[in-house]
Amino acid sequence: MLSLLESIGYGDWILHALLWLPLVGMALVLMGPAARAKHLAFGWSLILLVLSLGLWWAFESGVGTFQFESSTPWISSWGVSYAVALDGISLFMVILTTFTTSVAILGSFNYIKKYEKAFYALMLLMETGVIGVFISIDLFLFYVFWEITLIPMYFIIGVWGGARRIYSAVKFFLFTAFGSLLMLVALLYLYFAAGGDSFAYADLLNAPLNLQEQLWLFAAFCLAFSIKVPVFPFHTWLPDAHVEAPTPGSVVLAAVLLKMGTYGFLRFLLPFFPAAAQHETVITVMMILGIIGIIYTAWVAAVQPDAKKLVAYTSVAHMGFVVLGVFALTVNGLQGGLIVMISHGISTGALFLLLGMMYERRHTRMIADFGGIGRVTPWFATAFMITALASIGLPGTSGFVGEFLALLGTFQARPIMGVIAGTGVIFAAYYMLPMVQKVFFNALDKKENQEMPDLSRRELVILAPMVALMIWIGVQPSVFLERMEPSVRNVLEYVNDSGLQAQPGQSAEASVTFSSTVPLDGEGEADEAAPIHTGDEE
Amino acid sequence: MELDFSSQAHYFLALLPEIVLTVFGMIVLVTGVWNKEGEGKAGSESLGAWALVGIVIAAGANGWLYGVTQTGGEGMVVIDRFRLFANWIFLLAGALCVLISLAYITRQRIQAGEVYALMLFAVVGMMVMAGTENLIVLFLGLEVMSISIYALAAINRRDRKSAEAGLKYFLLGAFSTGFFLYGIALTYGATGTTDIEGISQAIRTGSAAGPLLAFGIAFLAIGFGFKVAAVPFHMWTPDVYEGAPAPVTAFMATGVKAAAFLAFLRVFMVAFPQVPDDWFPIFWWLAAITMVAANLIALVQSNVKRMLAYSSIAHGGYLIVGVVAANQMASGAMLFYLLIYTLMNIGAFAVVISVAYQGEDRLQIEDYAGFGWQQPLLGVFLTVFLLSLAGFPGTGGFIGKIFLLQGALDAELWTLAIVLVLATLVSYWYYLRVAWYMWMREASAPDAHASVFTPLSMRVALFGAAGLILFLGIFPSAFGFLDFVQSSVDSLFGAAAAVVQVAP
Repeated sequence: MLSLLESIGYGDWILHALLWLPLVGMALVLMGPAARAKHLAFGWSLILLVLSLGLWWAFESGVGTFQFESSTPWISSWGVSYAVALDGISLFMVILTTFTTSVAILGSFNYIKKYEKAFYALMLLMETGVIGVFISIDLFLFYVFWEITLIPMYFIIGVWGGARRIYSAVKFFLFTAFGSLLMLVALLYLYFAAGGDSFAYADLLNAPLNLQEQLWLFAAFCLAFSIKVPVFPFHTWLPDAHVEAPTPGSVVLAAVLLKMGTYGFLRFLLPFFPAAAQHETVITVMMILGIIGIIYTAWVAAVQPDAKKLVAYTSVAHMGFVVLGVFALTVNGLQGGLIVMISHGISTGALFLLLGMMYERRHTRMIADFGGIGRVTPWFATAFMITALASIGLPGTSGFVGEFLALLGTFQARPIMGVIAGTGVIFAAYYMLPMVQKVFFNALDKKENQEMPDLSRRELVILAPMVALMIWIGVQPSVFLERMEPSVRNVLEYVNDSGLQAQPGQSAEASVTFSSTVPLDGEGEADEAAPIHTGDEE
Repeated sequence: MELDFSSQAHYFLALLPEIVLTVFGMIVLVTGVWNKEGEGKAGSESLGAWALVGIVIAAGANGWLYGVTQTGGEGMVVIDRFRLFANWIFLLAGALCVLISLAYITRQRIQAGEVYALMLFAVVGMMVMAGTENLIVLFLGLEVMSISIYALAAINRRDRKSAEAGLKYFLLGAFSTGFFLYGIALTYGATGTTDIEGISQAIRTGSAAGPLLAFGIAFLAIGFGFKVAAVPFHMWTPDVYEGAPAPVTAFMATGVKAAAFLAFLRVFMVAFPQVPDDWFPIFWWLAAITMVAANLIALVQSNVKRMLAYSSIAHGGYLIVGVVAANQMASGAMLFYLLIYTLMNIGAFAVVISVAYQGEDRLQIEDYAGFGWQQPLLGVFLTVFLLSLAGFPGTGGFIGKIFLLQGALDAELWTLAIVLVLATLVSYWYYLRVAWYMWMREASAPDAHASVFTPLSMRVALFGAAGLILFLGIFPSAFGFLDFVQSSVDSLFGAAAAVVQVAP
């Protein structure tokens, strides 16, 4: 497989292709006939998915630095370049994006009834934006894509959404834009601090900053990412956006847009401001916010009458685990965070698709309107059950691996926090299982539900790979972990090395010793792992 | 070619673009008078075409001036790249405004000859303002421009609001001109010259009297504030912008603003760099208050023209940040921003005019409900213009804003930069509101927007403006454009400052 890919020069063009082909697809969709828009868009996204799967083999696991790197000057007067690359963190995000886009487009065939061409065009535009965020290693380029993703989502929620769609769309837009704009100022500060002649990742990484500067810039970047994630007090836009968004919008929002925030934590926040990231108070605050996110939103989710809103709140809870794992600053924690990101993308995406299917059949999402439908729709119930269990983290599913590692990492860094956060797993069962019971297992007492059709063939095609992935990650996480580990170590090493002067701590040693005892880990290649900023460093 | 202004002929050559425009303005005016019985008929469009021809020839002359170097002269007319770049902006604004007025003037049965002649004369005034180093000549240009615009604002004599706009603009404009003139007089009293190089010299050698100069600067700043509609001198703007015919409003919001900014940029960068304490705080507060107040008031506007009026005040606020920063980068950013701003604002007005049936009919934001889906092309255009006004990536507005922010941060104006981005956040709301009416609300009827009229001339303007905005938004460095803009301000900062160049 690898030699085949090499023979077509795969590594040279794949990132550019993944980034720009969606725009070509967008043009095709807009020019093609309206009746064929969905098939065209799905076909196109499928091609992109297949192309991106090649990365799985072409990506050299065990290497923590950037791969497939390429850089061309873009706005040369300001030192902006069109620079893209991939490492063990973005690899999964890119594949998750192409996968989710395909699935979401397939899942919208029956849901989207008006202005189909525009809708599918926007979905493809979104794909370009999100992939751009994940592969940019020039901060200016990153910011451009980061902002671009707002536009398609704004229209997807606002045009195809539910009754309060405009309110939700604008709230979504303004909340995220608020953080981004402050991040822009911080980014320019960083640019000038690093010499004012380059926005390249590697150059900004070496900006000389004192602790106070780091803390301010950290705050600005962290705010932007935290709103996107969303971390606890900034999460209020999320339930609104999810409830009003059309199914495919919710799927993309949950599966990839939120990941942009946590990805930002890993890629930019930690390595750029290591002293701030290791600051005791910062870690404590972020972890506490993560824990509040896990527990508070679990309770809020438990009382939601609307199943979609319930799932929306669970998103916040899951992302709480990611925040916790990331700020544990241990290999396990970071890897756990990454697995939760992937797992949440798949399982919550699937949940939103399933809820969309329910809505298409019954035109309601209220839990009380259902009951006992497992008897008339066994396939549907099975898929829902597996997804729900993956979502709450049952061993053997993807959710378990991620949450376990994240909690383990937290426990290494802050045992008490780990214990408190662990209760979140119980609360997850507390909100999810009663919902499943009320919808699928109680008495089949409503006439409308007795006629509910089971999954169609198209719906099975959508759900089968998602369920398979949940289980695959659950039982064989090592193939994922080994690909991300070097990059994760790279981030951590960078944080620890550069942060040491400001904050002497032992977390570097702690993470290394613990991770080697954890059987889930791949073999540690930490010692050889080069610093994260290799490549174009002079 | 070298000009040392030793003979009269050199002045004619140096003023070639202005002279071409003046000649064409007169041709259009006289032809319009002869054509009187053809008012509102086909004749009016050929007058517009003549005006365009004049602008194109003037642009050619402007391009020719790039090959001319100035070796002498007293600064009555300067030939530097700053002036020439400014001229591009004014000519562009003039050309686009002529293009978007063609159908409007015909349909509203306005005297075409006067309109196009006045537009050309106004452009001449703008060019004089940005192309001189003498405060008296600057004043001359200001008056040529202003008087043309007063008349243009009131040009639709069948419309009471237009007359009201003209009168209001005239009264307040005359008032502000008084301030400006008084400022010139005081500065002259303090320094003994009206030449801005000479003023700078006098301040450097310490022969300038303190309080007199400070008052002079303050009065100049007030006159400036009126012309660019900085809060709190903006009171006339919404009424005038709302009442004046829409193409004229577009012209006022872009050309006039650009001329005022560029003229004052030259004055303040060249004449007063040594006394920052005298004017720095004034402009700091002008910028901050303008950005915040204009954006907040724009939030509650229901009339699109009024909303765009407040939006243009807000953009003035962003540009004043560039004046406060007072460095080369920020000045370059102002040139770039004014160019983009001209494109996006006239573009937005072009769509507004189309929606308003080439008149002043449908100007409420509710009138845009469902517009995008019935007129997709115009809808996409307006969306692009609004996103650019909001400063969204992928558009020239974003590059302009980043450029300005870089200039501000280079001057360490942290607070002002944060005010700028927060004001931008506020502006998202009202720009997005038009977008949501266009795309997310249902139209009142399935054919509510069927009779929108977009003639060929307007489509040319729309495609041109949107194309340039997107192109400069995505490839601002293409053909070395950013460096070209940046180097256009070199002459304002002298040889010493030119060393502090932006990175290649």
